Amino acid sequence: MNQMDKNAPLFGLVLAGGASTRMQRDKAALAYAGKPQLLRACELLQAVCAQTFISVRADQTDDPVRAALPQIVDRPGGHGPIAGIHAAQAQHPQAAWLILACDLPYLDGETLAHLIAQRDPVRLATAYRSSHDGMPEPLCAIYEPHGHAALVGYIEGGGRCPRKFLMGADVSLLAQPKPRALDNINTVAEYDEATRSFSEAAAGERSIQVRYHAILREQAGRSEEHLNTAAATPAALFEELRARHPFALGREQLRVAVNAEFAEWSAPLRDGDVVVFIPPVAGG
Amino acid sequence: MQGLFRFCDVDFDPAALRAELIDPAAGGYVAFEGWVRNHNEGQAVTRLEYEAYAELAVKEGERILAEASQRFPLLRAACVHRLGELEIGGLAVWVGVSAAHRDEAFAACRYIIDEVKHRVPIWKKEYYVSGDSGWVNCERCAHGTTPGADHRTHPVR
Repeated sequence: MNQMDKNAPLFGLVLAGGASTRMQRDKAALAYAGKPQLLRACELLQAVCAQTFISVRADQTDDPVRAALPQIVDRPGGHGPIAGIHAAQAQHPQAAWLILACDLPYLDGETLAHLIAQRDPVRLATAYRSSHDGMPEPLCAIYEPHGHAALVGYIEGGGRCPRKFLMGADVSLLAQPKPRALDNINTVAEYDEATRSFSEAAAGERSIQVRYHAILREQAGRSEEHLNTAAATPAALFEELRARHPFALGREQLRVAVNAEFAEWSAPLRDGDVVVFIPPVAGG
Repeated sequence: MQGLFRFCDVDFDPAALRAELIDPAAGGYVAFEGWVRNHNEGQAVTRLEYEAYAELAVKEGERILAEASQRFPLLRAACVHRLGELEIGGLAVWVGVSAAHRDEAFAACRYIIDEVKHRVPIWKKEYYVSGDSGWVNCERCAHGTTPGADHRTHPVR
C-alpha cells in the first residue's frame, strides 16, 4: 500500500461479456421496466464512479446494447469475468475498480454506497460476503490498484475464478446491508420473478378492502373500508390501520384472513384483496 | 358421512336436526347443546349477541366436521350456530353426531364443539346487569391478561 492507492480514483466496470448460456439470450439486454440491465448497471456506477466502462469481448463491440457505452475490450486469450478485470486494470493502472456483474437487478445505490464507504484501500479488495454461502462476492467489489500483480499472478497460474482469487487474497469482507441485493439472474424463471416483483413495486399502491368484525368493528367505527395502500403484507396493513383506529388488540392477538381464507401475516397483498382481521373468537 | 355446518339467525329446533342424522347403521347419537347462561366470569349476564365472519366460518366449520369424520368412524355429523341476539336459556349452538358405537359418537361430538369454540370466527358480546357489555375473550386480552384454557385465542394448527 502506498500513498497513491489511498488517492486512487474509483472507476466503474460493468461486466457485459458473458455468454448467458443458461438464459439463452443476451443477459446485458434483458430489460426491467423497459431498460436493459446493462444500462441500469452503468447508471448505478456513473452515480458513484469517476469514470464508468463496460467490459466486452472483441466480437461484441458493435452490438447495439453495447456500442454506445465506453468499452474496455478483453485482451486476446482472455476468458470470463477475470479477463475483464485484468483488462481494466491494465488499461487504467492508477484506478481502483468497482467491478459489477450486469445481471444484478436487485442491486441498489445504497448497497454500492455502503461498499464504497467501507472501502479499505490497504487491503487488496473490498467485497461483500454472500448472504447465501458466506463467500466473497467478486462481482460487486472494489479492486485496489496494488492488487494487480497478484491478479496477474493468479491468472498466469491458470486461475480463472474471481471468487477463488478473492478467497486467497487479503480482502475486506462486508455484510450485505440488503441480503437480496446481490442475487443474480441466470434463468428465465428468475428473470420472470424479478420482473414481477418490480412491476408490483412500481405499482406502489394496492386497492384493498378491509372488513371489520366484533370489537374491531366497534373500535374502527365501521364494518368495512376501501383503501389504497403501499402496505405489502397484512402485517404492514394492520400497523397502518392501527395508527388510524384505536385498536386495543395487538397483532399477536389477532389472526388475519385474505380473500376468505386464513393467511400468514407476511403473505403478499395484491390489488383487490379483501382482508379481515380476526379478533380472539368465542363461539359456542 | 354428510358434513353440515350452518348458521341460523333465528331460534331453531334441534329435533329437526336430529332427524338428519338418522342412519340405519347408527347405534347411537350424541348431541351437545350450548345454552346462554346468566353469568360469566363473575358478572351477571342479561343477554348476548353472536356475530360471525360467515364466509370463512362456514369453511372452517366444514373443515372441523371433515376432520372429525377422519378421526372417528362417524356416520353423520352436523353443527348449527346461532347468530344475533339471544336471551338467557337460548340455544346458542348445537352439535350432533351419529355413529355405530357410542364411544366415537361422544368423542367426535366433544372434538367438534371444542374446535368450533377455538377456531371458527364467531364472536360473542355479553351484556351485563351492570349495564356494561364486552366481547368475550377480547376485552381481557386487550388489557394484557394471559388467556386461560377456555380463552385460547389462536391455537397452532
